[in-house]
Amino acid sequence: MSNLEKYNKIFMDCFSLTEADLNSDLKYQSIPAWDSVGHVGMIAELEDAFDIMFETEDIIDFNSYEKGKELLAKYDIEF
Amino acid sequence: MNRFSSLERFADRTALIASDGQQYSYKWLLEYGDAVAQQAASRSLVFLIGSNTPQCIAGYVGFVRRGVVPVLINHTVSQEMIDQLVDAYQPEYIFRPGENGEYELSQLATRNSQLYPELGLILTTSGSTGSPKFVRLTYKNLFSNAQSIAEYLEISSDDRAITTLPMTYSYGLSIINSHLISGACIILTDAPIIGKDFWTLFKEQNPTTFGGVPFIYDMLKKLRFARMNCPSLKYITQAGGHLSAELVKEYEDICKQKGIKFIVMYGQTEATARMAYMPWDKLEGRENSIGIAIPGGEFFLIDDEGSVINQPDVPGELCYRGPNVSLGYATCRAELANGDDNGGVLHTGDVAKRDAEGFYYIVGRKKRFLKIYGNRVNLDEVQTLLLKRGIEAACVGKDDAMKVYVVTGTDCNSVRLLLAELTHLNQSAFTVLTIDAIPRNDAGKILYSKLEN
Repeated sequence: MSNLEKYNKIFMDCFSLTEADLNSDLKYQSIPAWDSVGHVGMIAELEDAFDIMFETEDIIDFNSYEKGKELLAKYDIEF
Repeated sequence: MNRFSSLERFADRTALIASDGQQYSYKWLLEYGDAVAQQAASRSLVFLIGSNTPQCIAGYVGFVRRGVVPVLINHTVSQEMIDQLVDAYQPEYIFRPGENGEYELSQLATRNSQLYPELGLILTTSGSTGSPKFVRLTYKNLFSNAQSIAEYLEISSDDRAITTLPMTYSYGLSIINSHLISGACIILTDAPIIGKDFWTLFKEQNPTTFGGVPFIYDMLKKLRFARMNCPSLKYITQAGGHLSAELVKEYEDICKQKGIKFIVMYGQTEATARMAYMPWDKLEGRENSIGIAIPGGEFFLIDDEGSVINQPDVPGELCYRGPNVSLGYATCRAELANGDDNGGVLHTGDVAKRDAEGFYYIVGRKKRFLKIYGNRVNLDEVQTLLLKRGIEAACVGKDDAMKVYVVTGTDCNSVRLLLAELTHLNQSAFTVLTIDAIPRNDAGKILYSKLEN
């Protein structure tokens, strides 16, 4: 599975979304499932899947589907 | 006893700081609040659609000062639910943000039926399922509890509390009340602790304290609280559900290192908010304990026959006696005329034991409810909500993790999404499982013991 596939699957599983929902409109609190609770769960899944540990700043900066990809680049996860 | 009537002595001090950093004095708080409350008749009922904003807090204080009785309803509650609650309670007024975002008071009815003379404040029990079951509190309940909390936390007028919980939630409100009567300052925000806005405000305003339900402490751990630099913090509190002994130990160690007092507490809306706390310097070795009764209150345990248990380490239902025990519940307007159902004693529904030193430990629960992200969720109520939509279900589980059994053939994923919608809780709290048939006895009662917890 490519990094993008892994990334997308986590979004779809955590927030009950389909591939069509994954776009630049998908932001923190833009859907009910992506609230604080959903955010923590998603961060934990990403950390497991990519075997990384986010910095505090990056967890609170992670405010959209697109932003997440940028942040993962800091941990050498290429898309 | 209306301690908000003597806030004038703090007039020049800062009472509130809004999320944009603007400061509001106690003088402003009282002038704004009194001006709003003057528009309403004393001893009438007002629905207050609450948010952590200066206008909302000032309106709340004004209503309490004038003897207008507010019902605190969270701003996330849907209009449909508010309409249902208006039908049940017939409030004379509603105080909510208008189109420009400023709070406005509107009249909904002329004088309806009378309220019990000592009734001062009404809180919801769950806040999430839209249940019309409310808790009736007196002025004495409100201010004796605030005073007791201010005393054991040693809140001073130099304290600055930042909000992490809604003002409509009993724990969130207790932080606001105990700080206001102490002349302290409250930094108001609805921003979640996991977002950037919260931490920007935190760094700018240097809070000395905050409170958190277990889920907030889970998030703080994820945010690596241990590595954060927050020198302004003097003490932090935890309530709203059981935090695992393991996490308590972690925070105990982190806080010790940072010079912050970590205070584990216990309470229920039915007792206004607070019933117990663990003195921070007694926590070591007692990470699983809820501590001791707050000043002015006392605990006792009763067995199944209702007799008081005197020996240590014997579990029984935890009961509390104190001036903060509510009058009782209400489900409609007529019941707001009712007097004191509880007589100052609350049967908590929690099963606890007391050790030889007098510290209390929760070991189980008599009633069928779970705490999910700090919210009490009644399992039977959830089953009823599902049944109304034609879904037969049996709910069990643990705090923050409800298990919902449905019969084979039901679409589990859609039930899970429906649960999130009905309870306003994140879907990750729910696991939906199928079973051939819901186990029942001959009388049709669900046999929960046959379901895997």
